[in-house]
Amino acid sequence: MAEKALLRMEHISKSFPGVKALDDVNFTLKPGTVHALMGENGAGKSTLMKCLFGIYSKDEGQIYLEDKPVDFKTPREALDNGVAMVHQELNQALKRNVMDNIWLGRYKLMRAGKNLPFLSEKKMYDATMDVFKKLGLNIDPKREMASMPVSQRQMVEIAKAVSYDARIIVLDEPTSSLTEVEVEHLFKIINMLRDRGCGIIYISHKMEEILRISDEVTVMRDGKWVATRSAKDITIDEIIKLMVGRELTNRFPPKNHVVSNEAILKVDNLSAMYSGLKDVSFELKKGEILGVAGLDGSGRTELLENIFGAATRKDGKLYKNGKEIFNKTPKESVKNGFAMVTEERRATGIFNILTVKENTVISSLKSLKAGKVFLSDRKMRAVTKTNIEKLSIKTPSQETRIRSLSGGNQQKVIFGRWMLTNPDIFLLDEPTRGIDVGAKYEIYQLIIDMAKEGDSIIMVSSEMPELLGICDRILVMSGGRLAGEVNPQTASQEDIMKLAAKYA
Amino acid sequence: MNTNSNKGRFATRIDEFKALSQRDKKRYVSNWFLDRAMIIIIILLVIYIQAQRPTFLQPASIINILTLTAARLPIALGVAGCIILAGTDLSAGRIVGLTAFSSAIFLQKTGIMGKFLEGVGPQPVFLIVIMAMGIGALIGLVNGFCVAKFKVHPFIVTLSTQMITYGIYLTVSNAKQVSSLDPSYTTSFVTSPLFKVGMTSVNTYVLLAIIVTGAMWVVWNKTRFGKNMFAVGSNEEAARVSGVNVTLTIVSVFTLAGACYGYTGFIEAARLGASTGTLGLNYEADAIAACVIGGVSFVGGIGKISGVVLGVFLMQLIINGMTFMGISGNTTYIIKGAVILVACIIDMRKYLTKK
Repeated sequence: MAEKALLRMEHISKSFPGVKALDDVNFTLKPGTVHALMGENGAGKSTLMKCLFGIYSKDEGQIYLEDKPVDFKTPREALDNGVAMVHQELNQALKRNVMDNIWLGRYKLMRAGKNLPFLSEKKMYDATMDVFKKLGLNIDPKREMASMPVSQRQMVEIAKAVSYDARIIVLDEPTSSLTEVEVEHLFKIINMLRDRGCGIIYISHKMEEILRISDEVTVMRDGKWVATRSAKDITIDEIIKLMVGRELTNRFPPKNHVVSNEAILKVDNLSAMYSGLKDVSFELKKGEILGVAGLDGSGRTELLENIFGAATRKDGKLYKNGKEIFNKTPKESVKNGFAMVTEERRATGIFNILTVKENTVISSLKSLKAGKVFLSDRKMRAVTKTNIEKLSIKTPSQETRIRSLSGGNQQKVIFGRWMLTNPDIFLLDEPTRGIDVGAKYEIYQLIIDMAKEGDSIIMVSSEMPELLGICDRILVMSGGRLAGEVNPQTASQEDIMKLAAKYA
Repeated sequence: MNTNSNKGRFATRIDEFKALSQRDKKRYVSNWFLDRAMIIIIILLVIYIQAQRPTFLQPASIINILTLTAARLPIALGVAGCIILAGTDLSAGRIVGLTAFSSAIFLQKTGIMGKFLEGVGPQPVFLIVIMAMGIGALIGLVNGFCVAKFKVHPFIVTLSTQMITYGIYLTVSNAKQVSSLDPSYTTSFVTSPLFKVGMTSVNTYVLLAIIVTGAMWVVWNKTRFGKNMFAVGSNEEAARVSGVNVTLTIVSVFTLAGACYGYTGFIEAARLGASTGTLGLNYEADAIAACVIGGVSFVGGIGKISGVVLGVFLMQLIINGMTFMGISGNTTYIIKGAVILVACIIDMRKYLTKK
């Protein structure tokens, strides 16, 4: 293509204390294209974009916008020069309304250019409606952000990026909380922007999506540029290979555990007090890996929280080994042999600034005492050491703060934490979210090993391939209810999607 | 939104309510009361006091409450901005003390015993009000700068500047009372009666407070600065990546607050007729309490001018009510503290999601 590039980033390097986050990266975006940026977590995709957007300042390298050298020092400058970004973490002022969020940083004045510094709500309202109409969104501009579901908030964020009339739009994991229908909607918007000649940088982990929407794919690994290919001539396997840097022959380890016939847990007509969960009944067998599929908001997390006593039950009974149990609080559930790995590792899983050791022992301090009152440092070190070895956790030492570990290793620490409480039922909520492709394999292996030892697992996941890959049965939730059950041996992703849409 | 336009919003609400299940109805009603709990409690309190002391709600005492509200409003408006940033300002009261002193020494009568600045006659009043606001703004600027640039928690920053401000005041004044203020400052300006209701006069500073409040309303709701303040309080990072100059916004909010305290200091010295060592003491506590009662939330990003006005008014109503009931000043502290605590508890309830 002889067309001049919309954006060229050349020899970009950026270091953080102790890590080289970007190492001589090159990246070129052509007008009217969607360019996917791929790589494992920590590969430097977001860092690269933050250097472009003026959130980080690069150490070396040069950025050209339509052949003009630029160096944005603040997001403001980037926005003024036609670069907009939808951030991975939804950066929104939740207590303000939709309109205030969209025009944040560039509120419209009553008479632009004049010296009267007064705002015009009407202008902003009309302009918001215009943008929404253009994008086919049906959202009230005066609605408070916090009152909307995450997927709609994400659409608002996308509308905001579009409203800048930017020539370059960076979408950092825009579909992470969108439903299938909304993803289709987003793709329509992206196509519209592409036809208008915008360049779109699309960061995502979802391979199928990438190949559908993008024209070019750039893969990064360990802060370095690895390859740029046309999306037409590349396959998922090749992308994974480029990302991981080695051949990944199997995405899933072999299943070699035995499911017994006896039910360890019976859930009978479970309904939640404060969420839409309604009349869910099922059985979990000893040594079984039971998957739970469904769209975001279909009640999967709520199901686990209700079983675990982290949410208030309205109705329903639980039986473990035929005996009724109550699990009114998480504490009681732990006593009853339950463990729960939560969905948002950073928010509700790890204790960020505490060490690996402290994160390991936090749930089982009672059994780690020296005498009656004081904790035994020796015992704590011993169990942490065992866990690190057993789960092959990669950490410099027990005293390393957990936040400096990779996502996969953090997750292993949490698994290890629960193993110390000797549970026999594991409730896993998105256990591989935000974990690299390579590390996912190890988590799968861990889950299968637990089943092999006779533990039973309920695993919620949004990634259907992984449910099909490692589960023995899959329950499908829809609109807070159980929509059906599929057999991973015979079912396809389409079968699951159909059930997931049943009550939605 | 307008599907039910012919029925009116209220009728639609009733229909929506009827459609709820028994359990949800109960929750709806209890939420409705809890959301208004503070006001309901205070109304009940007022009814009780009125029943006990029938002279409580008479024009004179109502006017008295309103003028005291006007006196305490500007400082509360300043503090409210800091709370909206999810911060606080503990230096407010001492800034009032320092600026009251500064105003008083330049507006003392000539030829009196123990004049503070020998040979300096009363200065033009409008210059002094600007000076007082300037001194307040300067300290506010220091507050804002430390909060925004060094990321020190506002609690610590303003605790420090509170001490520093008081120290400056003591050093300069030697804790000497400054009284005998010039009439151009007091009786013919700040405390000159506008009109009378019965025996009680409404003074100029009430009108000034209304003007200040109106101006503040415009700043909060109709300017970019105001919207940015709410956005930064709600989510600082979101504001930053949307191109808002977060540092400037924070510094401006604290500076504006400082100017409000300076203005309050100017008014207070005239209103009380003197600057003393205890002037301004604990004003910030009352202001923060009023904000909380008025729904300015410590979670940040939430608050309304009308809420602040109501908060200051209710606070004053409680204080006066207790005086009417003959409750001693010592007990008043206990009740004020309890009111603040209850207000905060009710406020937080709104932002917790039940599982």
